[in-house]
Amino acid sequence: MQTKRTVFGNRLLPYAFLLPQLAVTVVFFLWPAAQAVIQSFQREDAFGLSTTWVGLANYVDLLHEPTYLNSLKVTAIFAPAVTLLSVGLGLVFAVSLDRLVRGSRVYAALLVWPYAVAPAVAGIMWWFLFNPTIGLLPYLLAAVGYRWDHSLQPTDAMILVVIAASWKQVSYNFLFFMAGLQAIPKSMIEAAAIDGAGPVKRFFTIVFPLLSPTTFFLAVINLVYAMFDTFPVIHATTGGNPAQSTNILVYKVFVDGFIGLNLGSSAAQSVVLMVIVVTLTVIQFKWVERKVNY
Amino acid sequence: MIDRHPWLDALAHAVLIAGVLIVAFPVYVAVIASTHGPNDFMSGLVPLLPGSDAIANYRSMLTDGLSSSGAPPLGGMLWNSLVMALSIAFGKIAISILSAYAIVYFRFPFRAVAFWMIFVTLMLPVEVRIVPTFKVVADLGLLDSYAGLTIPLIASATATFLFRQFFLTVPEELMEAARIDGAGPLKFFRDILLPLSRTNIAALFVILFIYGWNQYLWPMMITTTSSHYTIVMGIKRMSDVADALPQWNVVMTTVVLALLPPVIVVVGMQRLFVKGLIETEK
Repeated sequence: MQTKRTVFGNRLLPYAFLLPQLAVTVVFFLWPAAQAVIQSFQREDAFGLSTTWVGLANYVDLLHEPTYLNSLKVTAIFAPAVTLLSVGLGLVFAVSLDRLVRGSRVYAALLVWPYAVAPAVAGIMWWFLFNPTIGLLPYLLAAVGYRWDHSLQPTDAMILVVIAASWKQVSYNFLFFMAGLQAIPKSMIEAAAIDGAGPVKRFFTIVFPLLSPTTFFLAVINLVYAMFDTFPVIHATTGGNPAQSTNILVYKVFVDGFIGLNLGSSAAQSVVLMVIVVTLTVIQFKWVERKVNY
Repeated sequence: MIDRHPWLDALAHAVLIAGVLIVAFPVYVAVIASTHGPNDFMSGLVPLLPGSDAIANYRSMLTDGLSSSGAPPLGGMLWNSLVMALSIAFGKIAISILSAYAIVYFRFPFRAVAFWMIFVTLMLPVEVRIVPTFKVVADLGLLDSYAGLTIPLIASATATFLFRQFFLTVPEELMEAARIDGAGPLKFFRDILLPLSRTNIAALFVILFIYGWNQYLWPMMITTTSSHYTIVMGIKRMSDVADALPQWNVVMTTVVLALLPPVIVVVGMQRLFVKGLIETEK
């Protein structure tokens, strides 16, 4: 690992500098994570008086638990939907802005601020817009003959949380695509234009392929966001309902562990989630360095 | 511009205007709702033009809260959010710049181990270790305190990486010259490295302030009485109450107050915000 050519010789100082960070890391990150792993192999009796080792039983139970399988399925729909919607819109806005000479700064300023809005707040705002009795969007949908009700209709609820979770993330993706577009050498675009390629052809044969590292990076980051950081959206709006249709994995861990106090199962779910984050982080760090596609 | 396509430019403008409107729309509706009285939300459609109760709503929510249903005044919640956001931002910056300094400017046993321990925190979001982390905080007696709200969140791999990356680009000659002039590690850090890191610190501050302000699950878990509620988690209590008897005007007043401070920070420090966002993720 890199250091400076010359370094300071002090022996104790570096440990003192690292101490606060490492103390917080060990006490609040590594120790609890280790506890989760241990608990996932244990089971408590109903009164919390004794624990027994049960091996992989908690994991096996998960695979036979219909609500967990449902939660996996819900997450497998929710996370890619949020990623697709927010990355797609971010790309569309960035490419549109890249065409313009005038006004681009104003548009950029007006598009980035939602990043600062908390997911919980975003959730409540869209929940209000979609309120079945007084909300504006159900009113408009009723005009075209659709009866919107996210408290009863699983599909409506899923659409609501996907929109609320994507809304604030568009600005993030937009900024990264802007940076990616600015890094594409103008000479390449000019050369293609001289060869007679129109704007649409240039986009699909030059711009989009050159953006693929950015797109891939954003796909991973947004999957992580959708899987882990959207807990507040669910908690503040649907609460995983109706009929478990928006009960994503992180929400279920919370409900089972914190409210249901089913420690073994919750710990096993935590470990599954850790494996997912570790995988996504490794992919992010390994593959993003090795440029995709070119 | 390489070739002229007026219709494509028009399309680009149309797309961007639509985007700006979609992005702003929910906030517009929330702001409008916060200016109406409770009776405007009983039936029919949400109001789309400003009402006349703005001052009354904001004043009563800031000072009294929803006293009828046990929700505390928002003034205190805003203060808690501010304390939490500032402590997290400064805490993360302080402990990360020190760790990065140790890792880049010193050689010592277990250096790589320390680096990897910090790296691992990236892969352990609160959500995946929620019950055991809660237990640690409870055992340490930190429930319902500012220390409990902030300290468990101030480890930061991204901030450490950012400073490490930056320190590696600082010319070697600076440190060699400082050493020849007799500066020790503390003096070099304070008088040379810290001033050089100013822009990075400011950019990180913007990102981390937003991160701290927008925390939801953590304050919800560890605050047991309303004295330490933060505003973002407080919204949920307001809306639970409002769901029973529709008081959308006060929920939306809370929403506006909760989103305003971080949005002001981003709008006011846009340059630093963009720099911070793009560099922390590299």
